[in-house]
Amino acid sequence: MTLSPDDWEVIRLSLKVAIVGVVMTLPIAFGLAYLLARGRFPGRILLDAIVHLPLVLPPVVTGWLLLIAFGRTGPIGAWLDRWFGVTLMFRWTGAALAAAVMALPLMVRAMRLSIEAVDRRLEGAARTLGAGRWRTFATITLPLSLPGIFAGLVLGFARSIGEFGATISFVSNIPGQTRTLPIAIYTALQLPDGESNVVRLAIVSVVLSLGALVASEWLVRRQGGRAHVL
Amino acid sequence: MSFDVAVEKKLGDAEIAVAFKSFTGLTALLGPSGSGKTSILNMIAGLITPDSGHIIVGGELLFGNGTDVRPERRHAGYVFQDARLFPHLRVRANLLYGARRGVSRIGLEEVVDLFGLDQLLDRWPRTLSGGEAQRVAIGRALLSNPSFLLLDEPLASLDQARADEIMGMIERVRDELKLPILYVSHNQAEVDRLAAQVVAIRR
Repeated sequence: MTLSPDDWEVIRLSLKVAIVGVVMTLPIAFGLAYLLARGRFPGRILLDAIVHLPLVLPPVVTGWLLLIAFGRTGPIGAWLDRWFGVTLMFRWTGAALAAAVMALPLMVRAMRLSIEAVDRRLEGAARTLGAGRWRTFATITLPLSLPGIFAGLVLGFARSIGEFGATISFVSNIPGQTRTLPIAIYTALQLPDGESNVVRLAIVSVVLSLGALVASEWLVRRQGGRAHVL
Repeated sequence: MSFDVAVEKKLGDAEIAVAFKSFTGLTALLGPSGSGKTSILNMIAGLITPDSGHIIVGGELLFGNGTDVRPERRHAGYVFQDARLFPHLRVRANLLYGARRGVSRIGLEEVVDLFGLDQLLDRWPRTLSGGEAQRVAIGRALLSNPSFLLLDEPLASLDQARADEIMGMIERVRDELKLPILYVSHNQAEVDRLAAQVVAIRR
């Protein structure tokens, strides 16, 4: 099996969109996970629900909501355009945003579980040993929740690579900008002679997703962690 | 005076109210399990906040009168019943975790010698036996430059031979480092051997 230049472009774009989307989401997801795991504030349940919304909404609806918010005349889109001259419409950055939003709930869930699993008595022990809140967080809470952060990254990446509905309704199907793997496969399926394209890209999808899972499992084991991504 | 404690705290259905003053090196809190001994230590260490009262250790006001010193500023050397070593750090890093809080009156080498830890330094906490973990925990507390020690049933999970060994180490710490020690136990024999003053806690 040889991949055509077009295939490589699709793969490169998909990786770029997924990696940028997930990396940009990581600190936000961790902050939300920490807030939901540890915070006691009014509106926590509402925040929890909002974070999970992309998981339960039809992706097309999520994409349409992004379109409304980030479109050229949308409240956020107009603001970005006016102040930064930035538009996400029909750009790979928009695809990355769609991937990020769709990956967010999965990432938050994984990270939240591992933050909740951290034994808070260990944090107390660190405090009695002279560590302030920040050092306790950085040396105890954060390292002990690394397996969950890792699992969140992998899940988010896999979700982003597979993202279809929100992306196509938000930023459409533009070769080289927003035509990621699933959208390229869908496009090929529409063509009478697209069969071989579909097969090649489907194999690539399987390899990428499996690769991410295996690589992360290997990394977690190498760290001596007892947690599993799988 | 080493400890001057008078605290009240409602925890769920239980109500803890205790008041004692001690003037000696090692003071024992003796009482059955469930009588709130650990909660008293947690209050002195600053991990839980009393509803009312005061805590003065070595002449320093830690709680009361509007003061509530944060746990990291209390300089408590707290040895927990379950050792509570950090699972992601090797023994050496565990020992040194609190060591940057000023120069301790005892150094790593002394602690390693005193507690026989030289074979354990590169091990992970999960590979240690109960007695080994407890020795590391005591060493970790001593290396954090504490002003006083809180020992929560440090012998509870050990067989008699190990318990005797650690008791001997505690005696040496008591006599050589001259730190005020508050020692929680439900074992009369331990307390008879170690303590000059005993505070009985009833349920």
